[in-house]
Amino acid sequence: MSATNVDPNAIETPVPVPGRIGIRLPNSLREVWNYVWTIGLALVLFGILLALLGKDPIRAYTAIYDGALRDSYGWSEVVVKMIPFILTALAVAIPARLGLINVGGEGQIYIGAVFASFVALKFGALPPVILIPLLVAAGALGGALWGGVVGLTRAVVGLNETISSLLLNYLAILMVDMLVHGPWKDPGGPNWAYTAEFPVNAHLATFGGSRISLGIVFALVSVAVYFWLFRYTRWGYKMRVVGGNAEAASRSGIRVNWYVIGALMLGAAFAGIAGMVEVTAIQWRLRAGISNGYGYIGFLVAWLAIQKPGRIIVMAAIVSIVSVGGDMLQIGAGLPSSTVNILMAFILFLVLRNQGLTSAKETS
Amino acid sequence: MDPILFLRFVFAGAIRAGAPVMYASLGETVTERAGIVNLGVEGSMLMGACIGFMTTAETGSAWLGFLVGGLAGAVVSLMHAYLVVHARANQLASGLVLLFFALGFTALVGRPYVSVQIGGFDVIAIPVLSEIPFFGPVLFRHDILTYIAYLLVPLIWWVMYRTRWGLALRAVGESRVVAFSTGRNPALIAYAAVFFSGLMAGFGGAQLSLAYTHFWVEGMTNGIGFIAVALVIFGMWHPARVMLGVLLFGGATSLQLQLQTLEIGISPFLLQMLPYLLTLSVLLLWGQASKRAMPAELGVTFSRNG
Repeated sequence: MSATNVDPNAIETPVPVPGRIGIRLPNSLREVWNYVWTIGLALVLFGILLALLGKDPIRAYTAIYDGALRDSYGWSEVVVKMIPFILTALAVAIPARLGLINVGGEGQIYIGAVFASFVALKFGALPPVILIPLLVAAGALGGALWGGVVGLTRAVVGLNETISSLLLNYLAILMVDMLVHGPWKDPGGPNWAYTAEFPVNAHLATFGGSRISLGIVFALVSVAVYFWLFRYTRWGYKMRVVGGNAEAASRSGIRVNWYVIGALMLGAAFAGIAGMVEVTAIQWRLRAGISNGYGYIGFLVAWLAIQKPGRIIVMAAIVSIVSVGGDMLQIGAGLPSSTVNILMAFILFLVLRNQGLTSAKETS
Repeated sequence: MDPILFLRFVFAGAIRAGAPVMYASLGETVTERAGIVNLGVEGSMLMGACIGFMTTAETGSAWLGFLVGGLAGAVVSLMHAYLVVHARANQLASGLVLLFFALGFTALVGRPYVSVQIGGFDVIAIPVLSEIPFFGPVLFRHDILTYIAYLLVPLIWWVMYRTRWGLALRAVGESRVVAFSTGRNPALIAYAAVFFSGLMAGFGGAQLSLAYTHFWVEGMTNGIGFIAVALVIFGMWHPARVMLGVLLFGGATSLQLQLQTLEIGISPFLLQMLPYLLTLSVLLLWGQASKRAMPAELGVTFSRNG
């Protein structure tokens, strides 16, 4: 069951539409229009479904708007949630350049958080200048190791990376459960499943009283690293060669397996940093269920952005608005907050539909 | 605890815990034989578990719940069929659409049913056979849906290998172009296969909520749909070997549940890892060898030429 090659170059080239009536928009504008159309249609479908179920779609739209866009708190929450979405999107996008479908971002967040928590609890007395880089490194290492399992099993025994990364998600979540209910449980606190609060030095700095942390800088720098790697380095060039045609790359002497392992580990390292940010900036402790499906939403972001660095940021912002607004559905419209997953499903459905149709048009 | 009794519980539990996955795995075997991976079975199972439970709670009929649950799983799987056949989308990514949809939809419609009590399916002890020492309680004291799950194994084997339908299905999985040139309709067969896998996953989910747990809770499938897909690879796309994998998975689930009741001081979360670890391990050990049996065009994106 080999992953089929998603050739990013094929998708990037704009499709000429000969013989269409009407105004021919410039390509960039048309792409913006495509996104507006996709997300708009998903919103409409979501509303229709809610109406069919006897719920009030207008109240749901209002709740999403109020939750995410009406005041500065909403906006700051959008930025807060963009951090894990951007970072887990990288965990999907980098392997996707080789045609690999990694759905392991969720588990990689958890393991990154575990490694960072270990450092925070053990070396919390170090000054922040040393401690914070150490925490980032720990989170990245945790994620990379978890992603390395996927890469290694893929390279050595050909185990399908989608299946293994999915199963590893459930293992990672259980591992955190085990730690916070067992050996790492807060000895001084009430009988709840979390670790002791991290020392102040391990708290990630936030901007001017908001909940937006240094994590957003990590996320943006990570995107820049991704861009630079693929655009300007030999490694990135070879990755593009492998992604274009693994068979040919292998014959020209590129060791494809190392790139497979490397891409999965590098992507996972970014997801691990997302876990680190979650525990050091938001929770100040490791607790059960720290990521509420962020890894899966990162998958959606990466596919919306067709793996392009700049678009990952924009799409993370849009999906974050939907997600932050979705959390308000409970209070604003009396719907369970996970209802918003239906909207995510419609968006992914339309994106896959459009991309599939576009790439098919080009190759034929 | 008496070791014989402990073993009896573990073996009987293996068959019970394997049943929902048996349905899903058989459906996945069929669709993968037609060349389509359906990761959406996780979503279809969740739909089956929720809609099946709701139907039974409203009508009081367990059978109606089972049927409607299956259909719910099948209907959502049509999104996957459309995406991979008509829109020529990536098959692995497309499966996640169903997961997102089912998570949201079942949370929305299933919420009023979270603490509802239902009758569902009860255990039927088969007369005489269930009285056999040890093997009787292990093999012949289950709910009807569990018996059906395992009886479907030879039935599906027969359809796949001994009928014209089965031949057409396997032909499409090996080569769409050849199947097309011999007068078959690959797109139609792919649709039917995906629909069938959704139906079976829906049945599996309904078995889970109506016969195994007798309750509904959000996200209750917890990845066993993905395990079902993994077991098909281990099972080399053959129903009998897939059943072996399902029983191994069921055994790991059952063993960890029995160990939890013994209170031997191992973290329950560590024990819960057992089924996932076992599934990964069997894939690691035998996954490579299994590849030889893989349908030639499995996972290949549909092209314009069929």
